[in-house]
Amino acid sequence: MEITKIMFGVLSFIAILSAVLVIFSKNPVYSVLYLIVTFFAIAGHYILLNAQFLAVVHIIVYAGAIMVLFLFVIMMLNLNKDTEPHNPAWVQIIAVIAGGIMMVTLVGALKVADTSMAKTHDTQIGLVGNLGKVLFTDFLIPFELSSILFLAAMVGAVMIGKKAIH
Amino acid sequence: MSAIQSVPLNWYVTLSAVLFGLGVLGVLFRRNAIIILMCVELMLNAVNLLLVAFSAHHSDPNAQVFVFFIMAVAAAEVAIGLAILMMIYRNSKTTDIDFLNKLKH
Amino acid sequence: MIQLAWLIPILPLIGFLIIAFGGKKLSKSLVSIIGCGSVLAAFGLSLGIFFQLHGTSQTVKLLDWMHVGRLQIDFSFLIDPLSVLFMLIITGIGFLIHLYSTGYMKEDEKYDRFFAYLNLFVFFMLLLVMGSNYIVMFVGWEGVGLCSYLLIGFWFKNTEYNNAAKKAFIVNRIGDLGFLLGMIAIYFTYNSLNFSNVFSTVSENHLDTGALNLIGILLFIGACGKSAQIPLYTWLPDAMAGPTPVSALIHAATMVTAGVYMIARSSVIFVYAPVAMETVAIVGLITAVFAATIGLFQNDIKKVLAYSTVSQLGYMFLGLGVGAFTGGVFHVMTHAFFKALLFLCAGSVIHAMSGEQDIRKMGGLKKALPITHLTFLIGTIAISGLPPFSGFFSKDEILAHAYEHNKLYWLFGIIASMMTAFYMFRLYYLTFHGPFRGTEDQKHHLHESPKSMTIPLVILAVLAAVGGFFGIPDEHKHLLHDYLKPAFTYASAQINDAPEAFNLQEALLMIFAVIAAAASIFAAWYLYKKKNMVPIANESDLPELQRLVYHKYYVDEFYNAIIRKPMDWISDKGYKFIEIRFIDAIVNGMGTMVKWSGSVVRLAQSGNIGFYMFAMTLAIIVMLLVKLF
Repeated sequence: MEITKIMFGVLSFIAILSAVLVIFSKNPVYSVLYLIVTFFAIAGHYILLNAQFLAVVHIIVYAGAIMVLFLFVIMMLNLNKDTEPHNPAWVQIIAVIAGGIMMVTLVGALKVADTSMAKTHDTQIGLVGNLGKVLFTDFLIPFELSSILFLAAMVGAVMIGKKAIH
Repeated sequence: MSAIQSVPLNWYVTLSAVLFGLGVLGVLFRRNAIIILMCVELMLNAVNLLLVAFSAHHSDPNAQVFVFFIMAVAAAEVAIGLAILMMIYRNSKTTDIDFLNKLKH
Repeated sequence: MIQLAWLIPILPLIGFLIIAFGGKKLSKSLVSIIGCGSVLAAFGLSLGIFFQLHGTSQTVKLLDWMHVGRLQIDFSFLIDPLSVLFMLIITGIGFLIHLYSTGYMKEDEKYDRFFAYLNLFVFFMLLLVMGSNYIVMFVGWEGVGLCSYLLIGFWFKNTEYNNAAKKAFIVNRIGDLGFLLGMIAIYFTYNSLNFSNVFSTVSENHLDTGALNLIGILLFIGACGKSAQIPLYTWLPDAMAGPTPVSALIHAATMVTAGVYMIARSSVIFVYAPVAMETVAIVGLITAVFAATIGLFQNDIKKVLAYSTVSQLGYMFLGLGVGAFTGGVFHVMTHAFFKALLFLCAGSVIHAMSGEQDIRKMGGLKKALPITHLTFLIGTIAISGLPPFSGFFSKDEILAHAYEHNKLYWLFGIIASMMTAFYMFRLYYLTFHGPFRGTEDQKHHLHESPKSMTIPLVILAVLAAVGGFFGIPDEHKHLLHDYLKPAFTYASAQINDAPEAFNLQEALLMIFAVIAAAASIFAAWYLYKKKNMVPIANESDLPELQRLVYHKYYVDEFYNAIIRKPMDWISDKGYKFIEIRFIDAIVNGMGTMVKWSGSVVRLAQSGNIGFYMFAMTLAIIVMLLVKLF
């Protein structure tokens, strides 16, 4: 057994376990924390695939920013185990079944994908320099436009969140 | 290093599918709007993982750039989503989605 | 001038349009001028064409109408002696009746509508006789049926009048079906509906007697409907519900003669279809006798005249059926004169009697209505067939040909003629002689009609008196026959319709007819003048046989039972079963189904976000599965 396969197995196990715990834990704060663990596991997968840039960005953006935002909101709303609403049992069962069917269908759907190796094989495409080159030449316009996207998001969030002025 | 490619792509497909399925399950399972948003993030991440795996196997950097943009957009979306959620909480004092049924006829 | 022939029908049409659309704003006198003027102008044009014709036969085209594949139908007019004769009759007598109506309908508030309809009727009737193919004739045919309906039901506030109008239209339509089928048969056999094409083909190649017989009988069915022959005559007596000028124009002089015109025009078809021609003669004869018997016992002045019309029409068809085409047309002309005269006189009497139409309540009007009395007498003598008035000559010609054809026909013709003389003089004596049997009010109101009404009476009386001289039988000179010869060229090849030579047989027949008529007149005089017999006031007191005849042999009731009741039953059952159960069910069911499905689908809009997301998931799964398989 190679080390990569073992690493893969371990990381996958952690990811799936924490994902399950995200769903099934009663306390919202615990859900957030478990999700952060999931993100770290996925970052580990990225490193395994030598997508270094993405791994770091993933941690900074998701675990560092998005989850912190979630935590802020949960703290502000003062949600805890007692205020958490529950679905009735039959809804939960239906949800599990639906989720399971979705999983199986996806696996089946994606199995027909072409999984053969490429002819030219470059393992360094995930490095910062290489990726940066692609980003700033082929994808320059989307890159600039995404800054406008963030501007819009910022303005939108502020506008929505303002208290009404009487 | 050919070590990267020693993990068969099918395993990544399966993993991604399982994570995505778990995300769907979470969306249907929980009633708290915030948790639902988190499960949506989970789904997005599953997709990201798959894209990166394919990119590594086919040596195509375009997929990784795509993942980059997905992350950007996901960040923006979370910001707006949480802002909306705050307003809803301010109006109805709860984040339970069952109370958001104004779309009824 | 002949090229302007298309103006002749257009002038009354313009009159109709002006009056119909501007009638409310025009004064009564202006309406009268336009109405009468248009017909007078048409008469003038017809007269001009008459003098220019010189026995030729021309076609004047108005416009290309239907050109579809092999079907070539133009809107064109055939100007030949036969059509010009009818044009003169229609516009001439039409003008006189328009003039009469200015007096008769003076107090009516719908004066302008009346003249509009009259003008429209003249337009359609002219189309009928002037058409150069069966289609234009059919347009006129249907149009006069429509105008007849409009004019019979002119006083539409009365339901009975409306029913009479509807009856006229519907019975007409039954005949029209025959006409249509006949046209289809003609087209099928000869691939054309133009008179010139069809007639020349038939006269050259007349071997398929079966087809010709069929065509002839179908056309004759159409004629039965329009000209009130058995079994489609029941509408004519009821049509007396319309104003008297209408009865005079439409139901005496013009529309009812349309059938005669049609058969005269198609003479060549009939001479080569012996079965059809025999049918025409027999039906005409039976109708003549049958209607005359009913007329013997009627007590309404207009009904007597109506049955008399039916009977005289039977005479005309008898004439056509035994080959006397000229004779039949001659009788149309003389009948138009004296029947229109009689109807207008009747109108004058009714006008004087403040609307009373029952002759049992009249009497002794001789002094109060001198002009009417004199003209009515002239008309009565004419219709009874006494020389030298016109009716004698035309009837004699028909009877002479009937004698040649089949002695039995001649005999029944004489019997019908005797009955005609009897009931007409009965009418005359009961109306104008004897003591006055009406109310005091009516007596005070008795007055002669105004000039507008009496002038037409006088003109028509003169025509009824001298009109016969167009047809004095003589081997060398018979004016009308010579005039009409070009119209019957094809037919004369097969049948000799020339008037009989003035020989001994002919003279004997004439004398016999005159004696028979005189005998009937004497009987009428004896009963109704000498013995002052008055018909019984109460119908139920009549003896059995008389009651049967008085109630018109219960034919209307018979038709009701045989035809109307089953149709009512069918339509009732149809409504109950098919309409309500099927069609309503389907239509309403569609509406209900849409509502129901809407309410079902609405359940999906629960507003529950969780449910929406579940539905989304399900849809994605389904799509993926479909894609996979």
